[in-house]
Amino acid sequence: MSVDMRTYLAHVELANPITTAAGCAGSGRELAQFFDLNRLGAVITRSITLTPRSGRPTPRIAETPSGLLNAVGLQGPGIDAFLDRELPWLAERGVTTIVSIAGGSVSEYGTLARRLASAAGVTAVEVNLSCPNVEDRGRIFARDPAAAAEVIAAVRASSRYDVPVIAKLAPDVADVVAVARACVDGGADALSMINTPLGMAIDVDAMRPALAAGTGGLSGPAIRPLAVRCLWQVHAALPGVPIIGMGGVMTGRDALELILAGACVVAVGTAIFNDPYACLRILRELEDLLHKRGFERLADAVGLAHRPPGSGPRGRIDLEESSL
Amino acid sequence: MLTTRRVDAYHALTVVAPGIAERFRPGHFITVAVGGPASSTLARRAFSVHDVKPDYGGTVEFVFTVRGPGTAWLAERKARDTLDMVGPLGRPFPLPRDPVHCVLVGAEYGSAPLFGLADLLQRRGCRVDFVLGAASADRVFGALRARRMGETTTLTTEDGSLGVRGRVTDVLPSVIADTRADVVYACGPLSTLRGVAAVAIEFDIPIQVAVEQTMVCGFGVCGSCVLPVIGEDGVTRMVRACVDGPVFRGERVRFEDIGTIPFDALGAPGAPGGRAHEPGGQTGNRHVS
Repeated sequence: MSVDMRTYLAHVELANPITTAAGCAGSGRELAQFFDLNRLGAVITRSITLTPRSGRPTPRIAETPSGLLNAVGLQGPGIDAFLDRELPWLAERGVTTIVSIAGGSVSEYGTLARRLASAAGVTAVEVNLSCPNVEDRGRIFARDPAAAAEVIAAVRASSRYDVPVIAKLAPDVADVVAVARACVDGGADALSMINTPLGMAIDVDAMRPALAAGTGGLSGPAIRPLAVRCLWQVHAALPGVPIIGMGGVMTGRDALELILAGACVVAVGTAIFNDPYACLRILRELEDLLHKRGFERLADAVGLAHRPPGSGPRGRIDLEESSL
Repeated sequence: MLTTRRVDAYHALTVVAPGIAERFRPGHFITVAVGGPASSTLARRAFSVHDVKPDYGGTVEFVFTVRGPGTAWLAERKARDTLDMVGPLGRPFPLPRDPVHCVLVGAEYGSAPLFGLADLLQRRGCRVDFVLGAASADRVFGALRARRMGETTTLTTEDGSLGVRGRVTDVLPSVIADTRADVVYACGPLSTLRGVAAVAIEFDIPIQVAVEQTMVCGFGVCGSCVLPVIGEDGVTRMVRACVDGPVFRGERVRFEDIGTIPFDALGAPGAPGGRAHEPGGQTGNRHVS
């Protein structure tokens, strides 16, 4: 008896809940040499920008305890080359593609969404809100509920009605629920969390910052409790909003933790760097765990940890029998 | 894993990996996950391949030195332990069509991948001469093998404990002149490659370098191993050493700009085609992820 692993992002059905996290699967081709990308629920692309970006100087990544600190700086070919080469490659293979976009102003996000609206093969748009707003002294959109909502509204207005808009939230904010609520009010069909919190490491031998950029985003198992906390708070406040959970998922057990906290889709990021087959392994492990716990559907486990105390572990209730 | 041995200042691990051995070409590299299944060290370690043999269906040997917790863990591995290894990765050395004279330059254990290359070149009728160097005698890797294989072998050490006192770049011009070399292949630290490339450019002969950049994934998704390389079209791009390299034409690599984003690189802050208003240097403390 296999578990029904289908899940929904707004009205879009995904065959299973495992996706790649933005910026962790290159253009898709790199991962495709290891397995068929159609075996994933979806592929989330790296954040696409309006113009090509060379990214940050090296060193860009530093290893920290159970984590990686990165300041890659959204290196990418820009939207033209993406629409020209990368998206068609994914579309030809029928890969469910969620395109992540990043901009420096509200209008840039809107332009990116408009460009994607006329392209084939975009299943959903994920809005990377952890970018500095060049029109507001470089304040990060995700740290300001109003600015985040404005971006989401611009993207929603420029996107096709049947393409869900997903707001990707940062964990290092005063009130993640307030930002989440603002994004949903702004038109977000789903949320995605967490982006990497800002961290820093110093090379004590060189006595200098370990990254050329100084600070960087922290990822890996080190931040999983932070992801679980954000998911928990946001799912409790907005139980009807589908959430893509990510943050240090290395195993099926980690994925289940995020699902129990409220995620209906789980993105795998840093684990891919460590193991190119991580997504498939995590999917298999997750299915086994759900099966062992008596679940017939993944959907039944989403947010289950929120059930009131005393209600006991979920029993194997056969709905057909109990409704007789 | 089959055997583990010490070679002078280095460790060498031989691993049974038929899938990798079968597809291997000199210049390819492998990556290894370190620390076991629940490891707290997530970055894979990349190593060039020293030797591939047909025994046990196919074995792969790589050489390393202990530089941190990952390589320390590797040094503790014993025969019959299993290792999470991915490969062969990267682009191998391009080979000359004609039987030409080749000088192979290796610094420190960067010389490890040169012997497989030498073997292949000799089978194509090429003449092979070695120039190997390191800080001290125990850090010159593969001197014996180079002497057996090469027409000539020139060794250099900075402390003078073996061969000529100095660096490989000090002796390279005379080796190129004496052997009437047509092409140079080089592996080693970036500072050495930079010098070797400069010498080859002076002699106006092709130079292929295999760069050592710190890698995390090794297959092109993490973006950690980029360096500025001039493309066929003359445009500098931040390319990934793992999938676009590790072998590059030496004159195309902007060695002096490694660790920076050259202002004229594609998509550089403020560059033509980049975004004019994107703050570059002054946002050093800002995070975009």
